[in-house]
Amino acid sequence: MTLDLMLQKYPASSEYLIEALRDYQTAKIDHCVTEMEIVKIAKYFNVTESKVCSVVSFYSFLSEKPKGKYVIRICRDVPCFVNKSESILKTLETRLGIKPGETTTDGLFSLEFTGCLGQCDHAPAIRINEKTYVDLTPDKVKAILSEYREEKS
Amino acid sequence: MMVNLKINNIDVTVPENTTILDAAKANNIAIPTLCYYPDLRINSDCRICSVEIVGKKGLSTSCSTLVTEGMQVKTHTPRVINARKTITELLLANHDADCTACAKNMNCELQKLANVLGIDENRFARVLEVRPIDDHNPSLIRNSNRCIKCGRCIDVCRNIQGVNVLEAMNRGHDILISPPFGKYLSDEFCTFCGQCSSVCPVGAIIEKDETATVWNALHDPQKHVIVQVAPAIRVSLGEELGQKPGTIVTGKLVAALKLLGFTKVFDTDFTADLTIIEEGSELIKRITTGGVLPMTTSCCPGWINFAETYYPEILDHISSCKSPQQMFGALAKTYYAQKENIDPASIFVVSIMPCTAKKYEAKRSEMGSTENNLDVDVVLTTREAGKMLRQMGVEFENLSEMEFDKPFGTTTGAAAIFGTTGGVMEAALRTVYEIVNKKPLAVLDFVEVRGMKGIKEASVDLGGKTVKVAVAHTLANAKIIAEQIKNHESPYAFIEVMCCPGGCIGGGGQPYGTISKTRTDRLASLYAVDVAMPLRKSHENPDINKLYSDFLGSPLAKLSHELLHTKYQPKRRH
Ligand code: SF4
Ligand code: SF4
Ligand code: SF4
Ligand code: FES
Repeated sequence: MTLDLMLQKYPASSEYLIEALRDYQTAKIDHCVTEMEIVKIAKYFNVTESKVCSVVSFYSFLSEKPKGKYVIRICRDVPCFVNKSESILKTLETRLGIKPGETTTDGLFSLEFTGCLGQCDHAPAIRINEKTYVDLTPDKVKAILSEYREEKS
Repeated sequence: MMVNLKINNIDVTVPENTTILDAAKANNIAIPTLCYYPDLRINSDCRICSVEIVGKKGLSTSCSTLVTEGMQVKTHTPRVINARKTITELLLANHDADCTACAKNMNCELQKLANVLGIDENRFARVLEVRPIDDHNPSLIRNSNRCIKCGRCIDVCRNIQGVNVLEAMNRGHDILISPPFGKYLSDEFCTFCGQCSSVCPVGAIIEKDETATVWNALHDPQKHVIVQVAPAIRVSLGEELGQKPGTIVTGKLVAALKLLGFTKVFDTDFTADLTIIEEGSELIKRITTGGVLPMTTSCCPGWINFAETYYPEILDHISSCKSPQQMFGALAKTYYAQKENIDPASIFVVSIMPCTAKKYEAKRSEMGSTENNLDVDVVLTTREAGKMLRQMGVEFENLSEMEFDKPFGTTTGAAAIFGTTGGVMEAALRTVYEIVNKKPLAVLDFVEVRGMKGIKEASVDLGGKTVKVAVAHTLANAKIIAEQIKNHESPYAFIEVMCCPGGCIGGGGQPYGTISKTRTDRLASLYAVDVAMPLRKSHENPDINKLYSDFLGSPLAKLSHELLHTKYQPKRRH
């Protein structure tokens, strides 16, 4: 969906800004809003570009930088940590060849830290796009990654 | 209604809706603050002003808490002091605290606070993540490594100026105050008004210091170094040097600048008078020949930058006159050079301005015969001029008064009030009225256009027609005016726009600590200067008339057009 079409779904009032940003970014394959898009969005909602940048940079779910088709978020809070989230992170890093904050060269995966995912009783947990995976082990992670890779081919 | 409370066990009575901070101040106790600034919104971010309220669990921020009946406040208990110390130490741990290498040294609120709290070592290790410095424009330097995230600049830029270049990006520990997309100020957003630099408590936004360039020129025997002084400086330089806000120092400032080594000390008021003649003629021409109306003034580069960036559609409405600063430079390197038989290339023109945007204006490529020979070589702010005088050890208060040099020394009261909101309009009306109606004004004072109201209106009778005029100051008000023009809804024929609150007396280069009260004091003094002048109408300035007969010819004629007028360019990429 083009940005212009998407914007028309919202009244041109700044209270819809966050909703519009989130929906638009979710619909986009690279999960980001670019500078030119921010310029357009700011104009549409009659707010300044600084304001939109401020909002985008505030929420970790919004990004100005392109991300992979699948954004993997790993919880960095204590309950996951004591349940060996470190080994999950290691597995993700070696399997994907990237560190948190980076995107694979094929544009398929991005890796990021996040706050608590609300799955403390099933730690460690990760989230891939809208889906949450719990009670993870390194082997489970490998299997999940393979699934996503196959989906692509 | 009055409220009774106790501050440090002393009975205190203050009007209701007073903050604890103000109540303490009224009773001679200064609670330290950092994010708070008198004219700005209270966002109580920093918590330095914390106090204890008996019966309340945590500490309360005194800048945002109102007094209540029977309240008991303790402003300096060990617990309070300890909290203030911890906050300050944390700020310093994340700060490029190299004070002697900072322009704000001795003028910095964080430094003062650390001093008052007696912090001579820091319990916390340095965690500063060094970020690049933005010095990509001629006016301002932004050094994020010194920013304490108080939010004052955001408030000024967003709410007073309505520009909103600066915003808080990211959150928590990663917060960074920045223009959008991590860009430079120069990337087509900023007007260089410098209001942010005037409220920043630390050295995170400062004007580009050019005092060294001026010292070098002054010591270069090949250079003929002259200086011009803007209208607003005569009521603010004294303050910069420790005198009361609004002290009029016209004669002393001439003497002081002579001591620094300037060959000639001239008055920008002279070219302010000239601006009235050129701009007044342009207005009359536009009105009588069906030209583009309304016409706005053009002496404020903050306004020009704003219009070029955000309202490219209305550039035709801006008078083509250069600002008085630029007219001066152009005449210094032509008329004055010829008259005194000096090679224009050796003339070095320095301006002392209340303004950071003037630094940008002077460097515009339109402003000179060639890129290498600009009309004005260096612009110093009031603060930089004060710095040079301190460096020279000038004992300002003891100086005897001196007169400005000729041929740019005879000026009028009309020119003096250029430094305040409404002043350019009033000066223009005094002249345009008398020229068009061919009769003298009964009363020279146009009181409707005076004062601090954001947008002021007046009507004048010009040749049997009633013409509406308006005056706007601050860019938030300029925006209202610009929108009207853009939408073809402007009811006015002539509009004065100044970018800074109160006009140039409240300019971004004026002494630190400028608040409403200081602006009103400076403003009152400019009107006092006006009343005391023997001449109060620009068209009665004999040296302006001589300039036309000896050199320029007539207003708007070929040479005037070449030297005194300019063009504007849309600035935005989108
Ligand atoms: S100079 Fe003026 S426009 Fe630019 S950031 Fe500062 S306050 Fe905003
Ligand atoms: S730049 Fe200055 S005014 Fe702006 S937030 Fe930082 S310290 Fe405060
Ligand atoms: S109002 Fe005066 S000080 Fe402010 S930007 Fe304009 S010219 Fe400069
Ligand atoms: S001065 Fe009160 S919270 Fe900063």
